[in-house]
Amino acid sequence: MTNVLEAESIEIFREAIAGASNPVMMYSIGKDSSVMLHLARKAFYPAPPPFPLLHIDTTWKFREMIAHRDRTAAELGMRLIVHTNQEGLAQGVNPFTHGSAYHTDVMKTQALKQALDQHKFDVVFGGARRDEEKSRAKERIFSFRSAGHRWDPKNQRPELWNLYNTRIRPGESIRVFPISNWTELDIWQYIMTENIPIVPLYLAKKRPVVRRGDMLIMVDDDRMPLEPGEVPEMKSVRFRTLGCYPLSAAFESTAETLLEVVAETLNARSSERQGRLIDSDSIGSMERKKQEGYF
Amino acid sequence: MDARIEPMNDIARYLTAQATKPLLRFITCGSVDDGKSSLIGRMLYESKQIFDDQLGALESESKRYGTQGERIDFALLVDGLQAEREQGITIDVAYRFFTTDRRRFIVADTPGHEQYTRNMATGASTAALAVILIDARKGVLIQTRRHSRIVAMMGIRQVVLAVNKMDLVDYDAATFDAIVADYRAFASPLGLSSVQAIPLSALEGDNVVTRSPNTPWYVGPALLELLETVPLDERDAEAPFRLPVQWVNRPNLDFRGYCGRVASGRVTPGQRVRVLPSGVETTVRAIVTFEGEREVALAGDSITLTLADEVDVSRGDVLADASAAPEVADQFEARLLWMAEHPLLPGRSYTAKLHCKEVEATVTDIKYREDVNSGAQLAAKSLGLNEIAVVTLSLARTVAFDPYAKNRTLGGFILIDKLTQETVGAGMIDFALRRAANIHWQALTVNRSARAAAKNQQPMCLWFTGLSGSGKSTISNLLEKRLHAEGRHTYLLDGDNVRHGLNRDLSFTEADRVENIRRVAEVAKLMVDAGLIVLVSFISPYRAERRLARSLFGTGEFVEIFVDTPLEECERRDSKGLYAQARRGEIKNFTGIDSDYEAPDAPEVHLLTVQQSIEECVAELTRRVLAAQWLSPEYQI
Repeated sequence: MTNVLEAESIEIFREAIAGASNPVMMYSIGKDSSVMLHLARKAFYPAPPPFPLLHIDTTWKFREMIAHRDRTAAELGMRLIVHTNQEGLAQGVNPFTHGSAYHTDVMKTQALKQALDQHKFDVVFGGARRDEEKSRAKERIFSFRSAGHRWDPKNQRPELWNLYNTRIRPGESIRVFPISNWTELDIWQYIMTENIPIVPLYLAKKRPVVRRGDMLIMVDDDRMPLEPGEVPEMKSVRFRTLGCYPLSAAFESTAETLLEVVAETLNARSSERQGRLIDSDSIGSMERKKQEGYF
Repeated sequence: MDARIEPMNDIARYLTAQATKPLLRFITCGSVDDGKSSLIGRMLYESKQIFDDQLGALESESKRYGTQGERIDFALLVDGLQAEREQGITIDVAYRFFTTDRRRFIVADTPGHEQYTRNMATGASTAALAVILIDARKGVLIQTRRHSRIVAMMGIRQVVLAVNKMDLVDYDAATFDAIVADYRAFASPLGLSSVQAIPLSALEGDNVVTRSPNTPWYVGPALLELLETVPLDERDAEAPFRLPVQWVNRPNLDFRGYCGRVASGRVTPGQRVRVLPSGVETTVRAIVTFEGEREVALAGDSITLTLADEVDVSRGDVLADASAAPEVADQFEARLLWMAEHPLLPGRSYTAKLHCKEVEATVTDIKYREDVNSGAQLAAKSLGLNEIAVVTLSLARTVAFDPYAKNRTLGGFILIDKLTQETVGAGMIDFALRRAANIHWQALTVNRSARAAAKNQQPMCLWFTGLSGSGKSTISNLLEKRLHAEGRHTYLLDGDNVRHGLNRDLSFTEADRVENIRRVAEVAKLMVDAGLIVLVSFISPYRAERRLARSLFGTGEFVEIFVDTPLEECERRDSKGLYAQARRGEIKNFTGIDSDYEAPDAPEVHLLTVQQSIEECVAELTRRVLAAQWLSPEYQI
């Protein structure tokens, strides 16, 4: 039986590569990136994927994510480009003193633009899905970016059938989203059936957390400023999405296996982006960030 | 639907079922206030696809932007762009996903406004079914007709006519029946024969997920029931094998695999296949995948094939069942939807992309334009944004294809603007025109080099471009005299003279200017072929047409000469008094006044006539023509 989603993703990878001169894959280490990487291996088998991985390191990622990233690149023999916004780092930009919006802009959006400009990538694969958020539901699979990396949501290229227009002018680029049509449940199910390695943070385990408002934040290292009298407690938690540890909320769970995670997902009453602090800044905030160049 | 599943073995079973569940892609379309976004929102809500935090956000947004007062406005679930929520309209297609026990669905919510027709076509191109909404109070509107026409053109066979807002007509059966009869009468000539009509209310939830007690007179299924049971299109699975080659995989010298997605049929190792357009036959050796070699691959599978023989296959070729191969052609009759602000001009060169093949393409003729609202056939010299036409498409090379009605993948194409690289047109091949097969190029023994040798000269086309009054005619006339004196065989094609004869049927509109240049370029090409040195003196204001002219000639045969005289200077000279007339509005579309001149980017020769005398320009040109010597990209005299 044909897995339609898988076949479509492979077709997208091959089409993008046929028209690309300097492609790269955004590798964010999360479950979606893991699935995307697995699909890329299938698309080009027996050749290895013909592009490097790019990770934008804000320096605030979970330590387990970094370990998983390095292990994955080494095992697959793929080139890994790690980029950090050095100006932001020198200014000490961090999510605690500068707030999530500024931190995300400087250490993710600006850092990404720096990396893309520096390496002059023309095709950039990303693991965004249309079911994640409303403005993403509107985005094309081959999403055109101007020379300044801007997305113009009101004037997207028509995208008919599976005929992707991969042509651009110098300085312009295309972001390609091979798993646009996958849902969160599809991702989990594929991870299970294909036995794809993921960061252990997705599975429940006792971890040190503090409660901030509605959110449980994991204390991943000693840079986390604790409020007076605040003591991290050990709770069995897991994550639905992973990003910078101070910006990724954990939730209490006992799902220690993939099957249990899927069971929880099936019965979930809140969307996965609820655990992301950066989306709730304001209505339409994702669309604005995307226009500015955010993935 | 979303039963709360607890035991672990149930989950494993659920996941297995989920992976192999059939997928139905459909679109919803309708006019501005027909409530299609509300309908999708309702389906997502009723099938428990809305999470609590999204519902919370929806409640707060409903109060701010909603059109339903204090009630939840489900349309806000799908109108994702800020501009859409502010204006309360859908601009671009949104994709939504939901699953029931029997099927998984991808629904494309498409915009209804005429100005966003291209976005509707984007959604429709991948859909197997269309839900067309009608407001029960309004009946079949002009928009309903337009949407149905696009649905039919994009090859969607299944139509659900959702007569919405039945609550506002007191669930009246007679109103429903009248609308359905009206619609069927209009739809069947379009080829939309499978139309299922449902009375519903997206707002109240009648006949959306379950049958409503408010419409006891309606005996058919609720919308979701219908979507779950409507037969899926199996035509691609049953058709002969086709694989457009996407990418050639050569990781080392021992492996050469042809990657692509099976467009139709099935393939097995040992099967005879034909490579198109070359026509060479070979045998499939293996179907290679990451999981190992496979015994069979079906329509929709992304695979890699290895072949028994070393044959020449590249991206854009098609591997097909040797006993039922597709046609190969370079001239087609096709339906075309124009999707750009800048008009389609016959004769202008575009890039066509048909399956994995990119090839230079020209629309040589617009047979007629079809009024998208009324269906009337109209004469047209160009096509504007969102206009539909039946055209003749001419490609620079032959390609393998199937008619769109048989196979969307092998019959659908897009046109790309060569300068901006934008997608400007979407087309569907109806059939090949036989011209390609019937006109064979005669292999002449007296060829162009023989003719050139007889004249003892290097044939070439000297293309003078510049504003009216820039000095093109003066310079080219003098140059021809000099060359003639040197014993060279020349011919001068002058804009004014050609317009008195060959091109006297053409006006000065943009479309006619393109045709003007195309004809002159073709004539110049024949003359160069005959061994002449051809001087073309035409304003030729558009880069695209000069590029087209250049593409007709071999390397070194085309010399673009930019006679660069500033507009003020041309207007000051005004030897024919034309600028004065144009300024008075007596001449329309006059280059430099109310029509653009696009200066060449990299002409072979750039003449700055305010700095150099005519004599100096001509002397230098003469020397270079005699030496057949041109410096590229630009030689400034």
